Amino acid sequence: MIYDIIIVGGGHAGCEAALISARKKKKTLLVTSNIKNIADMPCNPSLGGPAKGIVIREIDALGGEMGKNADKSMLQIKMLNTKKGPAVQALRAQIDKIEYAKNMINTLKKEKNLQIEEGMVEDLIIHNEKVEGIILSNGKTIKSKIVILTTGTYLKSQILIGDNRIDSGPHNEKPVLYLSDNLKKRGFEVKRLKTGTPPRIKKESIDFSKMFIQEGDKKYYSYSFDNKYYYCIDNQQSCYLTYTNKITHDIIKDNLSKSSMYGGHVEGVGPRYCPSIEDKVVRFEERERHQLFLEPESLHYDDFYLQGLSTSMPHNIQEKLVKSVSGLENAQITKYAYAIEYDAFDSLQLQRTLESKLIKNLYLAGQINGTSGYEEAACQGLIAGINAVLNLENKEPLILNRNQAYIGVLIDDLVTKGIIDPYRLLTSRAEYRLLLRNDNADLRLMEIGFNLGLVPKIKYDHMKNREKQIKELEVYLKEKRLNPTKKVNNFLQNLNSALLKDSIALYELLKRPEITIKVIEIIEPINFSDNIKEQVEINIKYEGYITKALKEADKLNNLERTLIPESIDYNKINNLASEARQKLSLVKPTSIGQALRISGVNPADISILMVYIKKIKHE
Amino acid sequence: MNDTIAAISTSLGKGAISIIRVSGPKAINIVNKIFIGNNLNKCSSHTINYGYIKDKEEKIDEVLVSLMKAPKTFTMEDVVEINCHGGTQTTKKIFEILLLNGIRIAEPGEFTKRAFLNGRIDLVEAESVMEIINAETENARKLSINNLTVNLSNEIKIIREDLLNLLANIEVNIDYPEYEDIEVINIQKIKVEIQKIKIKIEKLVNTSENSKIIKEGIKTLIIGKPNVGKSSLLNSLLEEEKAIVTDIAGTTRDIVEGKITIEGIILDLIDTAGIRSTEDVIEKIGVNKSLGYIDDADLILAVFDVSNELSTEDYKIIDKIKNKNVIAILNKIDLKKDYFKIKVPFKRIVYTNTKDYKTIENLKREIINMYNLNKINASNLTYLSNVRQITLGKEALELTLSVLEGINNNIPIDIIAIDIKLIWEKLGEIIGKNYADDLLDKLFSNFCLGK
Repeated sequence: MIYDIIIVGGGHAGCEAALISARKKKKTLLVTSNIKNIADMPCNPSLGGPAKGIVIREIDALGGEMGKNADKSMLQIKMLNTKKGPAVQALRAQIDKIEYAKNMINTLKKEKNLQIEEGMVEDLIIHNEKVEGIILSNGKTIKSKIVILTTGTYLKSQILIGDNRIDSGPHNEKPVLYLSDNLKKRGFEVKRLKTGTPPRIKKESIDFSKMFIQEGDKKYYSYSFDNKYYYCIDNQQSCYLTYTNKITHDIIKDNLSKSSMYGGHVEGVGPRYCPSIEDKVVRFEERERHQLFLEPESLHYDDFYLQGLSTSMPHNIQEKLVKSVSGLENAQITKYAYAIEYDAFDSLQLQRTLESKLIKNLYLAGQINGTSGYEEAACQGLIAGINAVLNLENKEPLILNRNQAYIGVLIDDLVTKGIIDPYRLLTSRAEYRLLLRNDNADLRLMEIGFNLGLVPKIKYDHMKNREKQIKELEVYLKEKRLNPTKKVNNFLQNLNSALLKDSIALYELLKRPEITIKVIEIIEPINFSDNIKEQVEINIKYEGYITKALKEADKLNNLERTLIPESIDYNKINNLASEARQKLSLVKPTSIGQALRISGVNPADISILMVYIKKIKHE
Repeated sequence: MNDTIAAISTSLGKGAISIIRVSGPKAINIVNKIFIGNNLNKCSSHTINYGYIKDKEEKIDEVLVSLMKAPKTFTMEDVVEINCHGGTQTTKKIFEILLLNGIRIAEPGEFTKRAFLNGRIDLVEAESVMEIINAETENARKLSINNLTVNLSNEIKIIREDLLNLLANIEVNIDYPEYEDIEVINIQKIKVEIQKIKIKIEKLVNTSENSKIIKEGIKTLIIGKPNVGKSSLLNSLLEEEKAIVTDIAGTTRDIVEGKITIEGIILDLIDTAGIRSTEDVIEKIGVNKSLGYIDDADLILAVFDVSNELSTEDYKIIDKIKNKNVIAILNKIDLKKDYFKIKVPFKRIVYTNTKDYKTIENLKREIINMYNLNKINASNLTYLSNVRQITLGKEALELTLSVLEGINNNIPIDIIAIDIKLIWEKLGEIIGKNYADDLLDKLFSNFCLGK
């Protein structure tokens, strides 16, 4: 028996990859060390947030599962950044961890082309730089045409608490001990990374009355463009806000040497954007307090996640720390915080398809590539899955551009810039974020998902219909004019808006900052649904900016189309700075556009490179 | 860039000494072949060596040869400079000998191009060197040198740093919406910061306008109907500056009749009479063509004959130039007593009689006042020095206005931030910190790269 595609690891990347493969009728095997941990959320009990929330929408538009599964498992949902503009609005949901895993496993089980097996992968079968299957720790070999590695933080992972260091994955699971060393022998560059998770607190032991309640929005939202709501807005679970204080900070300062991080027990590089409480106290000494959020983990058990108190202090210090916080005086810790170190592979050794540059038919996705976060992992799993399938079918791979999707930004950053610390998507990483919005992910990407056969017709038609209505409303607003009647001018006067002398198209009127569709509807009903109105309003209000972004994106696309021949030998190009030579040789950019994003390659190098390319083309 | 290039670095003509500069991997080897004296291959770097240049076995000239080995040279390649005796014949002869030995003539700016491509100088510096080459007056030279000392780069770096801080603050607010640990940015704070930045960029752009005058001179068009005294005016202006009177044919569009300097600033004088002939048909073409010059000119000297009433032709001209920088010259005042009764709709009016030297002085004073020429002090200017830089500076300035306008129009922070990032990028392009495709195209059109 030879499988088409084997996926190693049942986390968020693995699940997406396995579903794509199975749905595209490939014989698929998902190997996981513990079936119970499929689709596990070992850290925060939430999905989404700025950039990340938009990624979930993009996954859904392309035919992935995360959005749908999140909708089924929702405890609370909010739209963030509503006051900061349309480009950066994003959903964030509190997720029931138990429900999420259960729903995902059910979905996986429905796929008849997908088998799930427990096992610990130790090595790969590789012939002529091409992968042909996997070798388990019990010696069993399983053959396949393609292998996708989505092993998360399990490669040689070690849990650190105080001066204690044990070989273990999250939840005391066994780590994958040999795979990274075996791949290292084949030329893979290994990076040691670190992340951490805060303590969990028993619900009954928390005095919520001393904290500030954080509720969900009183409006229905869904991640998926299926627009199904499985929750009741009035029945959302709440989060709570409290603060550290001087006592907390003193405990940390007094015990700093006992922390794994500050006691010199950590070699891995931790994420800059997600510092431990030790880091916060040391680096921002002037702050009198730091925020802590208590977030429910599940309705099936009582734990609250204590966001903001990630630490690697020993257990007894953690007890003191937690109890120093207002509302947590009597808190019972159900799970202690820990730091975890793990191996990741250098993402510069990946192609833009997420296939390895070193071994053919081997794809890598998720934290193994140095990213952090469930959403970042899931979207890579999706893209690796899609490209593995396209590879088997001898079709052109799917490569998303930076102006097309956050997923494109993420993968381009990985394979072009590489990572130093665990990579998290941020809106500021996207130069065209005005184009990459939460509200238009379907319009941007569903065509691709549909053409790949991953988005059902009915969902696609819904998007097409939305597209049509958007156009219709725009046309309507351009044609429908308001006359300078007394009624209209009175109305405008009340809004402190300039009065009309001649008739004006609604479209033009909407360009005024004080005029919205909602306001216009007071005097002129507009019979379109809210989401169409929202879309059109964004298009009108920010037309100038959108046009500018499109123009910039066009410029980039031109550079992306200036291809660098695969056979180029950077050692033969005189006068390249040595750092640029080294970086270019390593990254092997496929286009000038990609080359100029490589750090350490400066404009002079690019001009030399362009001249050289012109020259060899000429010859 | 593998070959070795040479150029005569001093201007050809009368002068005590000429310098021929050679750069490239074979520079030392080839010069050594034609040099009688120490073996240059064995001399240490940065030495001056006395000897002769020979052609076959004949001594051509007594020379000093400066030897500078890579990488501590302007181009970061081996550089040899031959100091020979001035005079066209000798210098050309030595140059020819070099070419015969396998050295190629450098294209204009090619040394600078190599310096840039080899990482010796940044974009701003590269452009500055080009300007030194092109600088025609003392003031322009001072400006270029000042720019070389990276004043501009520093000034722009400071503005970019401010922008970056602002951007970082905005971004962190967007990506971490619920955190109080970071300074909350609001539209008012952005407004204050951008206003400060706007003032700084404005200063850069405004001083650059002056620098353009210093470097490129004032393109001055003399216009008027036939026989009002344009040529006499031109001649009078040129008269006292005989030393720099030249008859340079400019670009194909301009016919520069002559140059004069006022307070160290060049005035390129274009006489529209110069492009017309006595034939009537051609005269018409000439007139049409001179109308075309109007748009290009920095300054228009419009000449009218006060001895006659203004004609329709005069009024046509007035109409064409009414929105330009004009000095109206009411000429031939010696021929009419009540010449001041003639009215023209211009703010600046000078009465002249081209035979009376004092009246020409009045005209010059008017030009000095108009451009504040006596106040331009080149050495203190930090400026954007060429069209590319000025354009980028203006674009950055416009973007600051767009940010402020956006703020007034309630445009949300996320979109405002996009424009702020663009300002940062535009300024980066000036100093070469950003890559933009047409940047290098533009720059290297000056350097003849990519053939």
